Amino acid sequence: MQEPFDLALIWAFIIGFGIIMYVLMDGFDLGVGILFPFAPDEESRDIMMNSVAPVWDGNETWLVLGGAGLLAAFPLVYSIFLPALYIGVFLLVAGLIFRGVAFEFRFKARTSRYLWNWAFAGGSTVATFAQGAVVGAYIQGFNTADGVFVGGPFDWLTPFTLLTGVGMLAGYTLLGSTWLILKTEGELQAWAYRLTTPLLLAVLVIFGVISVWTPFVDDLVRERWFSNLSVIWILPAFTLFFAYQIFRSVRNRAEGMPFVATIGLFVTTYLGLLVSRWPYVVPPEYTLWDAASAYNSQLFLLLGLLFVIPIVLAYTAWTYWVFRGKVRADAGYH
Amino acid sequence: MELDPVFLSRIQFAFVVSFHAIFPVFTIGLASFIAVLEGLAFKTRNPVWMKLSTFWTKVFAVVFGMGVVSGIVMSFQFGTNWSNFAQASANFLGPMLSYEVLTAFFLEAAFLGVLLFGRDKVPPGAHLASAILVATGTFISAFWILAANSWMQTPAGVELRDGMFHVVSWSEAIFSPSFPFRFMHMALASFLTGSFVVAGVSAWYLLRGREVEANRKALSMCLWLILFIAPAQAVVGDFHGLSTLEHQPMKVAAMEGHWETSGDVPLLLFAIPDQENQTNHFEIGIPNLASLILTHDWHGEIKGLEEVAPEEQPPVAVVFWAFRIMVGIGMLMVLFALAGLCLRAGGRYWRTRWFLQGLRGMSIAPFLAVLTGWFVTETGRAPWLVYGLMTQAEAVTPSLTGGMALFTLIGYVVVYAMVFTAGVYYLMRVLFVGLEDPHAEDAVESDRPARPLSAAHVPFEIDDDAHGNPVNQGGH
Repeated sequence: MQEPFDLALIWAFIIGFGIIMYVLMDGFDLGVGILFPFAPDEESRDIMMNSVAPVWDGNETWLVLGGAGLLAAFPLVYSIFLPALYIGVFLLVAGLIFRGVAFEFRFKARTSRYLWNWAFAGGSTVATFAQGAVVGAYIQGFNTADGVFVGGPFDWLTPFTLLTGVGMLAGYTLLGSTWLILKTEGELQAWAYRLTTPLLLAVLVIFGVISVWTPFVDDLVRERWFSNLSVIWILPAFTLFFAYQIFRSVRNRAEGMPFVATIGLFVTTYLGLLVSRWPYVVPPEYTLWDAASAYNSQLFLLLGLLFVIPIVLAYTAWTYWVFRGKVRADAGYH
Repeated sequence: MELDPVFLSRIQFAFVVSFHAIFPVFTIGLASFIAVLEGLAFKTRNPVWMKLSTFWTKVFAVVFGMGVVSGIVMSFQFGTNWSNFAQASANFLGPMLSYEVLTAFFLEAAFLGVLLFGRDKVPPGAHLASAILVATGTFISAFWILAANSWMQTPAGVELRDGMFHVVSWSEAIFSPSFPFRFMHMALASFLTGSFVVAGVSAWYLLRGREVEANRKALSMCLWLILFIAPAQAVVGDFHGLSTLEHQPMKVAAMEGHWETSGDVPLLLFAIPDQENQTNHFEIGIPNLASLILTHDWHGEIKGLEEVAPEEQPPVAVVFWAFRIMVGIGMLMVLFALAGLCLRAGGRYWRTRWFLQGLRGMSIAPFLAVLTGWFVTETGRAPWLVYGLMTQAEAVTPSLTGGMALFTLIGYVVVYAMVFTAGVYYLMRVLFVGLEDPHAEDAVESDRPARPLSAAHVPFEIDDDAHGNPVNQGGH
């Protein structure tokens, strides 16, 4: 039977959109966490935490929705990625738990505050690294047979995924520092300005090495890149354009532009990843149509999603609107 | 010794889900209690209701926060340890879990912020509406997750094609035969949990003479609720049992420790089930009572565990004893409900020390009852994961080794031990500080929404200046 819509394709766009939303939104608050131990003083840490406090757990609800949505729309992705990344998923979850709890208890703590600082920074760093390794593992592809992962427990941990993990650390830290430029002022903002240019250089170097390495990791990517050279240069060109924007706006001490340009840099890199791999969701074997769940299941959830997501987006936007502007140390908790 | 990934995954799932379950079962009941308090405050303008609502909202915030954090783990467990099950059942389970996030989690997150931080920022009516919406959200969440679980117990509305379940009727799959009983049983259990915790804490405050008027009111409300719900729960439980007898007879046989199919079945009060020899030791029972309860016939025949091969039987001792603990606690609850009614005469219920001490102890009882109840229903399904259709051994992740499962099991135990020790310790601090507001004059707090625990303005450590006497008796 021919279905009237290609729901798998629609769901691929929804999940793809959800992933970049999560990366951008949880990315900057994880980045703030990674920067935490290096902050000038304890008051700066208060401000840093306050700047992401109102929004972080909303951000992580997107991750839970991502897990559940993947199970509903592309169960093969869910049931191959999670076993393949078994240890990595544990580290990710443990990291998120520690930082989530640290958010809450740090403001209540006095003598034990330094412990919560470390829980926050450590949890953020581990969770970020694990996410980067997931991206690397996706580029590498998975060892499967009959729709089941058959590789070993550490297939996801290779020199290549170590590098993508470090790349993610650098990328999220850049998101974090440009976020701080946007949300803070005075000494803390000056500190964030100083950090941003070296971080940008680190990101460019690591992303560059990953880009050069990627075609050697996977034949399909190599073929796609070198057979489409006439158009494939566009995305890296945009990435470099955004990198230049960050560099220039930091030098001009612009406040909003560094963050916006960093988002642009992330989006173009993400699109580059997608076009390199499209339409494979579990490389090298399975496309998004192979991985899709039943038509009526995708439809059943899509109907609800179309109704509810606009409401959720409206609320999310409203929260950001309510807490717009600069964050000060005394505007938080006692 | 060979590490068995199926066994270790079962232990791991039991551990993380048990740890998670104790938070929502409390917050579901507590959210409704808070909504009622807000309603009373709105209607009567009596500050006592406001005081109670503010205090219990603090407690709610801490418990809810821990529920959210432990819930992140759950959304990945199916994939990491039970990937064959995830793949096979995704057509049904995926939409159920996604709908839970969409219709419940976002609703709770949105209106919890207003409930916690918006008392002075939104009109009283909007604040009341938020309390009601948060309570509604907790029930919507329970609806979806119990629909998913009930379907695993009594699968319906699906057909198995190419190793995947395909939904042929959403209404039959969602409202599977055991769903109405489970939902009712769980909803009442949540109310009982909320009531007994609030009653126990109020009793403790009354014993210490703190905020007597407010705590007396709270205790009275809880006792009325318990008086109706504790017996109602027994009735619902009975119907649930009859439904289980129809759909999962081996689970009931394990609950009763009943090995051989026969009539005139006694209700065993005590026994040591011996799975190896397929018999019980040291049986003490009431003749014919199990036949009467389960078949409503003095001589009714009940199928015994011998109907299936030993390897297809659930672990009998676990199911048998967990069931007895649950029922025992349920009876204790009914006794306390009746004692509370007797002590109403002359208003003695809030001054009778043994009763208040007893209630204090009873505040952990509902958690035990809920956990043992889940042990009965989940262990009693063994060896099936989807009853009659997919076994646990078929469902486990094929690439999972015993070593990996052991590593994460230990990992989760360590993480939970650290995080939840801190959480429970902090909750105790909140309870210790109590309804009296030590920061009443400190009104410049500017709070932010979407941060559950932040609503509880209680320091993590015990104050130095307040050490030894942390409470101003009776407030300022």
